[in-house]
Amino acid sequence: MRLTVNGTVIEIDADPDMPLLWALRDLAGIKGPKFGCGIAACGACTVLIDGQPARSCSLPVGGVEGEVTTIEGISSDGVLHPVQQAWLDEQVAQCGYCQTGQIMSAVALLDEIAEPTDAQIDDAMGGNLCRCGTYPRIRAAIKKAAALKLARA
Amino acid sequence: MASIGKIARRTFLIGAAAIAGGIAVGYYYYRRPYPNPLEGELAEGEATFNPFVKIAADNTITVIAPRAEMGQGIATSLAALVAEELDVPLEAVTVEHGPASWAYFNTAMFAEGGPFAFYDEGMMAEMARGAMGGLGKLLGLQGTGGSSSIRDGFDKMREAGAATRAMLLAAAAARLSAPVAELTTRDATIRHDPSGRSVTYGDVAAAAATMDAPASVTLKDRKDWKILGKAQKRVDMYAKVTGAPIFGIDVDLPDMLYGTVRMSPRFGAKAIRSDATKAEKMPGVVKVVPIDTTYGAGFGVIATNTWAAFRAAEAIDVEWGPAGYPADSAAIASALRDALASGSGSALRDDGDVDTAFADGPRERIIEADYEVPYLAHACMEPMNATARLKDGILDVWSPNQMPTLTRQLCAGLAGLEQDQVKVHTTYMGGGFGRRGEMDFSMYATLLARETDGRPVKVTWTREEDTTHDVYRPAAAGRFSARLGDDGMPLAIDMRIAAPSIVASVLRRTFPSLTPVGPDKTISEGSHDQPYSVPNYRVSAIPADISIPVGFWRSVGNSYNGFFHECFLDEIAAAGKVDPVDMRRKLMAGYPAAVAVVDKVAAMARWGEPLAPGRAKGFAFTLSFGAWVGEVVQVADTPSGIRIEKMWIAADVGTAIDPGIIEAQLISGAVYGLSSALGQEITFADGVVEQSNFHDYDALRIAQCPEFEVAILENFHRMGGVGEIATPPAPPALANAVFALTGKRARRLPLARDFAFA
Repeated sequence: MRLTVNGTVIEIDADPDMPLLWALRDLAGIKGPKFGCGIAACGACTVLIDGQPARSCSLPVGGVEGEVTTIEGISSDGVLHPVQQAWLDEQVAQCGYCQTGQIMSAVALLDEIAEPTDAQIDDAMGGNLCRCGTYPRIRAAIKKAAALKLARA
Repeated sequence: MASIGKIARRTFLIGAAAIAGGIAVGYYYYRRPYPNPLEGELAEGEATFNPFVKIAADNTITVIAPRAEMGQGIATSLAALVAEELDVPLEAVTVEHGPASWAYFNTAMFAEGGPFAFYDEGMMAEMARGAMGGLGKLLGLQGTGGSSSIRDGFDKMREAGAATRAMLLAAAAARLSAPVAELTTRDATIRHDPSGRSVTYGDVAAAAATMDAPASVTLKDRKDWKILGKAQKRVDMYAKVTGAPIFGIDVDLPDMLYGTVRMSPRFGAKAIRSDATKAEKMPGVVKVVPIDTTYGAGFGVIATNTWAAFRAAEAIDVEWGPAGYPADSAAIASALRDALASGSGSALRDDGDVDTAFADGPRERIIEADYEVPYLAHACMEPMNATARLKDGILDVWSPNQMPTLTRQLCAGLAGLEQDQVKVHTTYMGGGFGRRGEMDFSMYATLLARETDGRPVKVTWTREEDTTHDVYRPAAAGRFSARLGDDGMPLAIDMRIAAPSIVASVLRRTFPSLTPVGPDKTISEGSHDQPYSVPNYRVSAIPADISIPVGFWRSVGNSYNGFFHECFLDEIAAAGKVDPVDMRRKLMAGYPAAVAVVDKVAAMARWGEPLAPGRAKGFAFTLSFGAWVGEVVQVADTPSGIRIEKMWIAADVGTAIDPGIIEAQLISGAVYGLSSALGQEITFADGVVEQSNFHDYDALRIAQCPEFEVAILENFHRMGGVGEIATPPAPPALANAVFALTGKRARRLPLARDFAFA
């Protein structure tokens, strides 16, 4: 089975029913997407498929069409993605476990809406659970990332 | 090592008042330092000075921060303490958790284990603190909990940095033939300005490490701090924003197998009939093995990938034995009520003469209320997991855990090894909250590693397994009464609180041969130890005999006693027609630190100023883990339900090491408390937990999260904890705000049972 992940075509030997998350983590060794719930309820496993956020824990790998982007694929040449840079500047993460999913959802949000309102942030990030309660800093970081992204464009 | 076992049997009484003679008998043993575990593990060119510092010839400085990093920022702050005294920037330091070792014992975790309030500085309380703290060292218990890491490390880590710097200076003085007094340090370099010569720390590290550690060191005055007291960039932030594989669940080893467990959903019960034939034939499955431990019985599945293991675990056909405890939530509630009604219990506070005060009181001046809270799960974002390898007589356990030395001890027992044949590698943790102070996940990985011919096996639990096999925050019930005086202030308060004992439950699964002694103060902590003066004031803790596993959940007993105590005080204020904040100011008058916190948060929240219609505020205060915390919640009535709009927190932590991290922890603790108050409950049917995943055991989402304003105070002369302190006042501040909004008193949690939230 072939998958395009972070711009590279990879060959994996997986049962087509295996969720994309486990194919990435256990077979392809890509550990950025995290296992949190297995039922698309927490968002820790969020990846992008053709730019759209998807919960990889509930997506059979055999049904994946399109290019998969994980957190490992959003920065290039050692330059952090504006969302990652904003997360670093705002010191968002605590335990950090949900943050790769949060960051991927935020990347997708800013690709769609350059300067989201609070309500749009709440809408886009509602599927990403954080048990450490980093939400206030997530909000601040998304706004900072929006500004960084516009400045870089 | 047998001696440790014997000592443990004599003295392992967390939370109990009685302390056996181990401290006095073992004084010389207690004074003797444990060996440095870094000796013998050094890389080429590395030198070690004490269990906390390594310096390599290339000037790489490694600090061991031997506490669980589960989000609270402890790796950063412990390293900052060393860096400050070593006179190097925090960015110049590499931080590692280090091995499991008795050298990393935690004194502060035990110091407040006695039944004394934090503000009690009498001789008995101080003696108990010294003895309980000594117990931590005597047992060599390396652990993270009780919001104790900074209190434990504040002197220890700074002294490690200062002693290392002194040894480096002495070696540099010899190398440069210059007196120490003429040397200065900066950026890991030692300069001799008169000659213009310099050496790096790395240049002299090997020579310095052979010198004797100084008998005493002088620590910097606070005014000279360059790092401490200021917000630092966390040492783990870059890894966490780039998705680096730093968690237990990310462990990847050559030739590794994958696994999971399916344990009896009825605690303590075993399979009475099972058939794993179908499971074993599924693709990717290596084998299914029975598991039987003090934590529970069931099956482990070993496979070539995690998903295959999950599917096979589900396919095991099994019938489980019956529950040995009240099997549903109604029966549990009834057991708690029975305990309340019984005459037993320990009055951990008994001021004045409560019985006489009530006997004399006119009926109309007496108020009574019954409260209850449910069991709660920790719900760490990273499900329980561990990886183990048993090869050539050595067991390696990669474990996201809060108790490395106990993990080593119990896993060694299961593998039939001595403790020095077991290596525990503590990883970063995707949340802990007390759940990862348990050993079950490491023990299960160890048992599966016995079945893989030396191959490592990573054992990951499903979310469903995690939710249904927690050690829960106890369910609890309270019966409270108060007699009001003519001024509306309380003349007498009587609180009876029933809950299963956490200490007894922990001992059953870790040291089943031990019996707890004395009252379990966790039952009523947060109620019996608050800085209020009431003429007649009694708080009794009553253990309820329910054997469902319970454990340490962020802020432990304070998590529900904050709700009990502060909502009941709010009821007293309402009945006495006194402003609840003014009432507390009067009751706290003997405790200036408490009054200052209340004044601060009231000013921040503009308490008492008129609000727009459809809005209301609630207040609560809890002293826990040595920190004084006041919180105000503002709620609004909206068409979609009650919305939590804003929250103000003022916390006195004595000395604030990193205000950025403390602010994050205060918000984190409050959100954790609000999540529980809004909708969380673990219920039982037929002896089995009814909730299984985030669809029926959810937490606050971003849209529900209020705006926060935080103030950090440093008035009290002793340092407090941080990680748990904002949790206890959050549920009562919210419940009191809901009362102010609706006129309906919330006496049980979660609030979503009785109120609609947006």
